[in-house]
Amino acid sequence: MPWTRDEMAAIAAQELNDGDYVNLGIGIPTLVANNLPPGVRVTLQSENGLLGMGPFPYEGEEDADLINAGKQTVTVLPGGSIFDSSDSFAMIRGGHVKVAVLGAMQVSAEGDLANWQIPGKMVKGMGGAMDLVAGTPRIVVLTEHVAKDGSPKIVAECTLPLTGRRVVDRIVTDLAVFDVVTGSAGVQGVQGVQGGQGVAAAPAPTDDDGAPRLALRRLAPGVGLDEVRDKTGAPFVVVLEDEEAASPPSA
Amino acid sequence: MAKLREGARETVGAALRDGAILAVGGFGLSGIPADLIEAVRDSGAQGLTVVSNNMGVDGKGLGILIESGQVRKVVASYVGENRLFAQQYLAGELEVEFVPQGTLAERLRAGGAGIPAFYTRTGVGTVVAEGKPHEEFDGQVYVQERGIVADVALVHAHTADTEGNLVYRYTARNFNPVVATAGKVTIAEAELIVGAGELDANHIVTPGVFVQHLVQSRPRVKDIEQRTVRLRPAAVAHA
Repeated sequence: MPWTRDEMAAIAAQELNDGDYVNLGIGIPTLVANNLPPGVRVTLQSENGLLGMGPFPYEGEEDADLINAGKQTVTVLPGGSIFDSSDSFAMIRGGHVKVAVLGAMQVSAEGDLANWQIPGKMVKGMGGAMDLVAGTPRIVVLTEHVAKDGSPKIVAECTLPLTGRRVVDRIVTDLAVFDVVTGSAGVQGVQGVQGGQGVAAAPAPTDDDGAPRLALRRLAPGVGLDEVRDKTGAPFVVVLEDEEAASPPSA
Repeated sequence: MAKLREGARETVGAALRDGAILAVGGFGLSGIPADLIEAVRDSGAQGLTVVSNNMGVDGKGLGILIESGQVRKVVASYVGENRLFAQQYLAGELEVEFVPQGTLAERLRAGGAGIPAFYTRTGVGTVVAEGKPHEEFDGQVYVQERGIVADVALVHAHTADTEGNLVYRYTARNFNPVVATAGKVTIAEAELIVGAGELDANHIVTPGVFVQHLVQSRPRVKDIEQRTVRLRPAAVAHA
């Protein structure tokens, strides 16, 4: 059974550390704030100029002067701070905001991200997404595994205009979790585990050019490797985390 | 030099020329200099280049300058839900330069700080870096971006003093401080204007040196694009 959106958010939240400064994109990523592991407190950054973003205001207390980057009315938590747009992107570009969780339209095997131009629609602009992926040390993508038309969102090469090149570190979908790994990092023993009939159709990534590649880390309960291979448009190696870690946290 | 002016319309009208580059503060409809934007419309100035993170919505914020056909070029990071904008853009009547939000903020900051260009990682390997100089520093590739100096900058502050010192309220601050620095002429509107000495000098965000003209903004209900609320605990308990 595929993971629910909250379960996906909880998986992304698992890698957040107490005290982290985090930027959450619009859509499924906003659910991360409600699915933090016990004891983990993070400070949310909103790139329009707010650190310490709190929940939506109570009805009647909404304030046109206090919004998030999605232009939603929000609140500021005790200890929060307000700053201008250049300071906001100084903390993003300078790597001070440690993790960003973003949505995607396409992610490539090398970690290229495309999430700012919707096919067939007028271009609206990239907002702060290009700055976030260029500056934030760790980029986690939260997305449905396939697009609405069933086509893979994880592809060998992005066909949509890029938001950033080689920027994604982890992809959490409703079916699986992938890491984008460089060289042999994290995939020791790759040769031994990448077998399987699907590999012939999708050639195994070469590791001699130093390019980043995809490693499958987790499968949603009841989701098979064949299904993930069918719905993934890029080659990947299989380096599953142990079975215990593979189950989603109980929400 | 006294900075307090009587009317937004007269002040903007006197500063604006056809073909001017206009930088405007605000994020969405939050913190926009609404009176000054209306004054731009009333000035009738044509062929404007507008530098702003967003372009308002239909009939609101900078959207009214799209409606009046005074804008030739837009420099923005996100143009959102603006149907008239889309029409003019698709008809080729409007030129649009999309700039990543942080790069836009830094271009304005650099322009205001006398820095003609800078290097950033943002956009490397994407369409926004095409045709621009690249340079490698410490093994990392960066793209060159240019500072922006505007002929006229328009900002909204919560409180100003008569020296032109500005203080903002919550996230209505957004682009306003960098926009204020980037204008050859900067016009600020403020909801509240107090005498010199009435603002705590320690808390001033935009020093008056950046502001040439100051006008009192008209009272108005500020627009909210996405009104999101949660239930009060009592309401949850009864739900």
